Amino acid sequence: MKEPLRQHLILRMVSKFLIPYILLFALYVQFHGDYGPGGGFQAGVIFAAGIVLYALIFSLHRARRAFPDRAVELFISLGVLIYGGTGILCLLRGGRFLDYSVLSTHDPIHGQHLGILLVELGVGITVTAAMVAIFFAFADRGRA
Amino acid sequence: MLLLAGTALAIVLLRDLFAVVMLSAIFSLLSASLFVLLDAVDVAFTEAAVGAGISTVLMLGALALTSTREKASRNFQLVPFLVVLLTGGVLVYATLDMPRFGDPQAPIHQHVAPRYLNASMREVGVENVVSAVLASYRGYDTYGETMVIFTAAVSVLLLLGGGRKRSRTELEPPEEAP
Repeated sequence: MKEPLRQHLILRMVSKFLIPYILLFALYVQFHGDYGPGGGFQAGVIFAAGIVLYALIFSLHRARRAFPDRAVELFISLGVLIYGGTGILCLLRGGRFLDYSVLSTHDPIHGQHLGILLVELGVGITVTAAMVAIFFAFADRGRA
Repeated sequence: MLLLAGTALAIVLLRDLFAVVMLSAIFSLLSASLFVLLDAVDVAFTEAAVGAGISTVLMLGALALTSTREKASRNFQLVPFLVVLLTGGVLVYATLDMPRFGDPQAPIHQHVAPRYLNASMREVGVENVVSAVLASYRGYDTYGETMVIFTAAVSVLLLLGGGRKRSRTELEPPEEAP
């Protein structure tokens, strides 16, 4: 896209300090979505925002080395597959599609918790990978 | 609300697209605060993260590829203006029939909402009812939304990633819900 902002010392230092916390916050939003506001969509976008910030400050090249295109493409479909796979798993265990109660043998509530966790994980992975892929595609085109 | 309307007007009137992108981020942030006031924190969270965050970055990325000035249109177009005026008028007319804000007798509070609120703790056991509805009761819809994101990413990769040399050109078709 534009020139990387590496020569700006303050921006570089602040983002170096902030990026781990942004990623950590994304994970918190992802896995705390059962108890507070948040979930896969928000977590995925926040995680992607952390990666985009990294790409803006420390050049696209380094971000792409950390998150190779093949891996990003793989993760786009992996999230959907996790979501769909959870549904299929419910079918295989004798329930309806995406009816998580059958996932646990002893307590339907545990099955629901597990199902929601898996499904939100799938959403989070797909959203992160999709946002990163879209950003990389845009930024890459600007450079060429 | 006034701030929202003002920002929207400024977006329409301004010709500098960089300012427009920034203003739409502000618009998203204002709507997010509006959602917080309405106690819809999950929606506010999404609006702040997606609207004010990532979409602004993507718009700036798109802006870097094109011009940052809007092309000035010379003639005043009557038909589109009338269509917009009519649609807006009909929408405003429709809101007159809406139940009062927060009315417990409103249809939206009568249908499935009470059941979700009363039974979700027993059936799903998740403290955040929004998560329970989103991921469990409405799992199909969320699956559809995930597919939308998936499709968007695949389309952008196919449209914009074409200049890059890649080892495989087709992505495997998405898994279908039975």
